[in-house]
Amino acid sequence: MSLRNIGIVYRKELTEALRDRRTLISTLIVPLVLFPILTAGLGAAIASLVGKAQEEVPKVMLRGGQDSPAIVAGLKKLDKIEIVPETPNWKDQIINKEVRAAIEIPPGFQAAVAEGKSDTVTILKYQGEMKSEIATGKIEKFLKDYRDDVVKARLTAKNVPDTVLKPFEVKQENVAPPEKVGGAAFGGVIGYMVILLCLTGGMYPAMDLTAGEKERGTMETILSSPISRMHLVLGKFFLVLTTSLVTAALSVTSMGVSFAVLEHLHAFDKAGSDAGQLQLRIGLGTVVSVFIMVLPLAVLFSAALMTIALFAKSYKEAQSYVTPLMFIVIIPAIAAMLPIDLTSKLALVPILNASLLCKELVTGTYHWNFIAIIFSSTCVYAAAALFLAIKMFQRESVLFRS
Amino acid sequence: MIEARGLSKRFQDKKRGEIRAVDNVSFTCQPGKIYGLLGANGAGKTTTLRMLATILEPTDGTAIVFGHDVVEQPEKVRANVGFLSTATALYPRLTSQEMVEYFGRLNGLDEATLKKRVDDIFNRLDMNGFRDRRCDKLSTGMKQKTSIARTLVHDPPVMIFDEPTNGLDIMTARTITAFIRECRDNGKTVIFSTHIMSEVEKLCDTIGIIHDGKLLTEGTLAQLRHKYAEQDLEEIFVKVVTPHFVAEETH
Repeated sequence: MSLRNIGIVYRKELTEALRDRRTLISTLIVPLVLFPILTAGLGAAIASLVGKAQEEVPKVMLRGGQDSPAIVAGLKKLDKIEIVPETPNWKDQIINKEVRAAIEIPPGFQAAVAEGKSDTVTILKYQGEMKSEIATGKIEKFLKDYRDDVVKARLTAKNVPDTVLKPFEVKQENVAPPEKVGGAAFGGVIGYMVILLCLTGGMYPAMDLTAGEKERGTMETILSSPISRMHLVLGKFFLVLTTSLVTAALSVTSMGVSFAVLEHLHAFDKAGSDAGQLQLRIGLGTVVSVFIMVLPLAVLFSAALMTIALFAKSYKEAQSYVTPLMFIVIIPAIAAMLPIDLTSKLALVPILNASLLCKELVTGTYHWNFIAIIFSSTCVYAAAALFLAIKMFQRESVLFRS
Repeated sequence: MIEARGLSKRFQDKKRGEIRAVDNVSFTCQPGKIYGLLGANGAGKTTTLRMLATILEPTDGTAIVFGHDVVEQPEKVRANVGFLSTATALYPRLTSQEMVEYFGRLNGLDEATLKKRVDDIFNRLDMNGFRDRRCDKLSTGMKQKTSIARTLVHDPPVMIFDEPTNGLDIMTARTITAFIRECRDNGKTVIFSTHIMSEVEKLCDTIGIIHDGKLLTEGTLAQLRHKYAEQDLEEIFVKVVTPHFVAEETH
């Protein structure tokens, strides 16, 4: 093993990579820009849009209710909704979002309630449409309160305390510290982003250094030099690994900084108000441990990317081979956002294991036995992928595929 | 010296089955001489030269290049060979000087020797005007000079040229042929493949005609003229190749 030769190839590949715009964008720009945009930009935009939707006073159409003035008066008094008169095309108006929902009060409703008979008020809505759902929620709350008032009045009339119907209260209380609450909510997304960026960071150099060399005709040039193919592939591999790790390191750093800034702004905004808000604090320890877990995964990705891209005759062909790999990585990474807990079996599933672990690390949970299994199993997969990449570089049918 | 001993290369093709790209080829190239491998496209020239340069491994047979076996000691062979073809391109994002230095380092030159050799070659080939220019910004002629410098940087005793003038304009092609002559004059062993008759007539001391992977005949131009009773090399080539070509067509 000649470290000198590997170093010569690595240095040359690094020089070329630093002069390649595509590599610079995917390695440096994307991770530096993505997290601030996602946290500050996208997060703020979503919060603002949802807030606006909740603040909006939705138009609600009233159907029937002519013989039930009490409930109609109550609805009209509500400043959270705007009652509009009934039109024959009410269904189309809801679907076309001209009104957000409709309330159907059956004939003789008030009389039926007074006589103690059961009746049904129907809320007509556009299911799945956010503003319609918000309007529905507001109407539902009013109707429930109205029903409670009716019950309370009946019980009072019969001199029965209302605790008869509500013998005990139910409440929820969070015991997890705020950063764990935030981690549980966002941990899956963070693991997903870091793993995905780790792959995309190595993608362009891996294709450029294999299929790109074939396409440009430099593969034959380098193969005519005395360097052994193993040293050549290792030199190239270390460059792909560097870009992958730089992307991962920049993404976790950018993530840490983005959340720290967000937390600072959040604390400033909410100064003096309730402290039980969802917050995400990512400390240096978390950043370092996420990065360490991503290390063997970066080796696995770099070697796999090079092996796959080497089969291609051109950069374009390599792109079509590598794209399916994105899906193979995205699916387990997304799965980590689902309510799945780490088990010994899942700790052996590549990518999914690291993704689930990142989620735990972000919440500050360190299951050392899982960390050991995941780190060592990913190292084994990475070593196998690297071995395969070296073997592929020895195969004439792959190097000179035409 | 290059000594090919029963060199053979077979490939597997999904549609055509086994292809014998080179079939039991033997020849010898002497130091200070140019051996010309003449053949049509697909005759097996490139595969033969790639085996000599150890870019491909022979299926059968071997070759001894400057005392080293291409199968047993491929890295030692490559350290003593300069390989140039129109397919050996330059790294677009490296400068001309970086390109040459890279290959010098890969050939084991220390920094002091490398600097001396690079300065010497750049002066000799009049390349100082573009030594810091990126290879993707060079003209065809500048690229060829950089390629020549790349093959010369470790001063190899054996030079292998695979259709080096293919697709080049006349002035650039002349630079290459002048360089090939210079290599011979410096006592290097030179093997050169082409399908251009005039180049072979002008350059080669020994000519080997290759067709369908087989070396059909070899000798000096005078010997071939005498053997086939023809003055024109093209006529000699047609005379050598035609019976085999007709046989293939009939088959």
